[in-house]
Amino acid sequence: MIKDITIGQYYNGNSVLHRLDARMKIILTVAFIVSIFICKNFWSLGLMVLFTLQTVIISRVPLKMVLKSIKPIAIIVLFTSVINIFYIKGGTPLIDGRYIDITTNGVFTALFMALRIVCLVVVSSMLTYTTTPTMLTDAIEKLLSPLKIFKIPVSTLAMMMTLALRFIPTLVDEIDRITNAQKARGANLDDGNFIERIKALVPIIVPLFVSSIRRAIELADAMDCRCYTGGPGRTRMKQMKFCLRDFIALIFIVLFIAGIVLLNYYFGAVLVK
Amino acid sequence: MEDKVIIKFDNVSFAYKNEEDETAATGVVDGFSIDVPEGQFLAVLGHNGCGKSTIAKLMNGILVPDSGKVTVDGIDTSDDAKVTDVRKTVGMVFQNPDNQIVATIVEDDVAFGPENLGVDPKEIRQRVDDALMAVGMYDFRGREPHRLSGGQKQRVAIAGVLAMNTKCVVMDEPTAMLDPHGRQEVMDTIQMLNKERGITVILITHYMDEAVKADRVVVMDEGRIVLDGVPKDVFKNVEKLKTLGLDVPQATELAYRLRKAGFPIADDILDEEECAAAILRALEVK
Repeated sequence: MIKDITIGQYYNGNSVLHRLDARMKIILTVAFIVSIFICKNFWSLGLMVLFTLQTVIISRVPLKMVLKSIKPIAIIVLFTSVINIFYIKGGTPLIDGRYIDITTNGVFTALFMALRIVCLVVVSSMLTYTTTPTMLTDAIEKLLSPLKIFKIPVSTLAMMMTLALRFIPTLVDEIDRITNAQKARGANLDDGNFIERIKALVPIIVPLFVSSIRRAIELADAMDCRCYTGGPGRTRMKQMKFCLRDFIALIFIVLFIAGIVLLNYYFGAVLVK
Repeated sequence: MEDKVIIKFDNVSFAYKNEEDETAATGVVDGFSIDVPEGQFLAVLGHNGCGKSTIAKLMNGILVPDSGKVTVDGIDTSDDAKVTDVRKTVGMVFQNPDNQIVATIVEDDVAFGPENLGVDPKEIRQRVDDALMAVGMYDFRGREPHRLSGGQKQRVAIAGVLAMNTKCVVMDEPTAMLDPHGRQEVMDTIQMLNKERGITVILITHYMDEAVKADRVVVMDEGRIVLDGVPKDVFKNVEKLKTLGLDVPQATELAYRLRKAGFPIADDILDEEECAAAILRALEVK
């Protein structure tokens, strides 16, 4: 059923990761992504993989769902690895053929790249698996609120994001309805070449726009009725508060980054100049 | 509880401006006057384009009259500086539940109004829980609105108004897009608001069986009031209602036809039970 689509990819649960403050989760994810790219040898790389696995385990998100998030990027990972193997030179030659030239640097870079991309995707999908879209938009609003000094309407932007999320299922329904209506009138949407199919979308997109504008007008009235002004003086029911676990998580990630830096320092870079 | 007037229309006229064709105005209101006392359940009836939705929008300042005056709890709705006060007094529920829910979680949506009013977070929580319990949607508070039925969505919308603690709720055909079950849910909720919480309800509808439940029925045609009174009196005018393109409740219709056919049946019958009793009496007389 098309109605059953989930907005974002939130996995309902009650793990520590779910209960962590959304703002902290965003900060931690960004910190992790940065730290991914400073790994220089297998020891720090190992620590990174360990950290990723540990995140997955404490989130209690089923492994199947995590693997599903890697699937779309498998081709990219494969592609970059192959390119790296053949084109990065330096280090000990492994195969020194007339046409093919593979060196340790190439293999290591390929491995590093693949692991980095996979860890990056897994950890950032952990963020979206354990945080509802509403919490995410609220957190982004809070994190960006210093920008208000520069007269950037952060709350209004966050409201727009919330409304966009809110109307995705409604519009999906609408597209479904219009498609059926046009099919009932004899529209042929599935056959023909690329150009023809694009053209066939016009009778769907035009009514969709018209109805969306109509919805927007009604929604604006409804929001007016509920005293939305977009200005200051708004309070929020759900207050975000950093608690102990958020600080523990912060300490944890600081230790992690320190660990990576130390391992980098002790064991040096694996790639040979 | 007599009888403070909460909404007052004083000779109000309004027409939508159409830039291409000056004469093609729809939803016109022409010299409309009405007093709505606090605590009343008022139903506004009329066929499409008779101006009943326009009346609804005039009631909380979404539209302001071209001439005449609308006052809500003593405040003139055309006063831009006080429009928030007007909307704190008169909440509104629209026809399409999808177009009035703003959040992705039920309880967040109910919280939207009080959040806009700058209410303290703890009190918002209290009001949201209270409003959701009142409409019987408390168990759905963590759900996503798009997974609810039409009737449930409309009840969430009503909870959203309740949480703002308005004295008055205007409903613009809230059941028009619902199935019979959803309509029943919403009507029960509306009656609960009026009877138990003493909220003034203005229900704009074209369903006769909903209007019957009101304290007072106003029938509109071409932007004017043509009939105004308690349901029993209004629905006596079967012929007049028919010339306006409106039906009467089925029981009233049956009683009317029997009376025309010569049976001695009263002219103020509104529901099936009254009708059955009257027919029984008429048969005994024969």
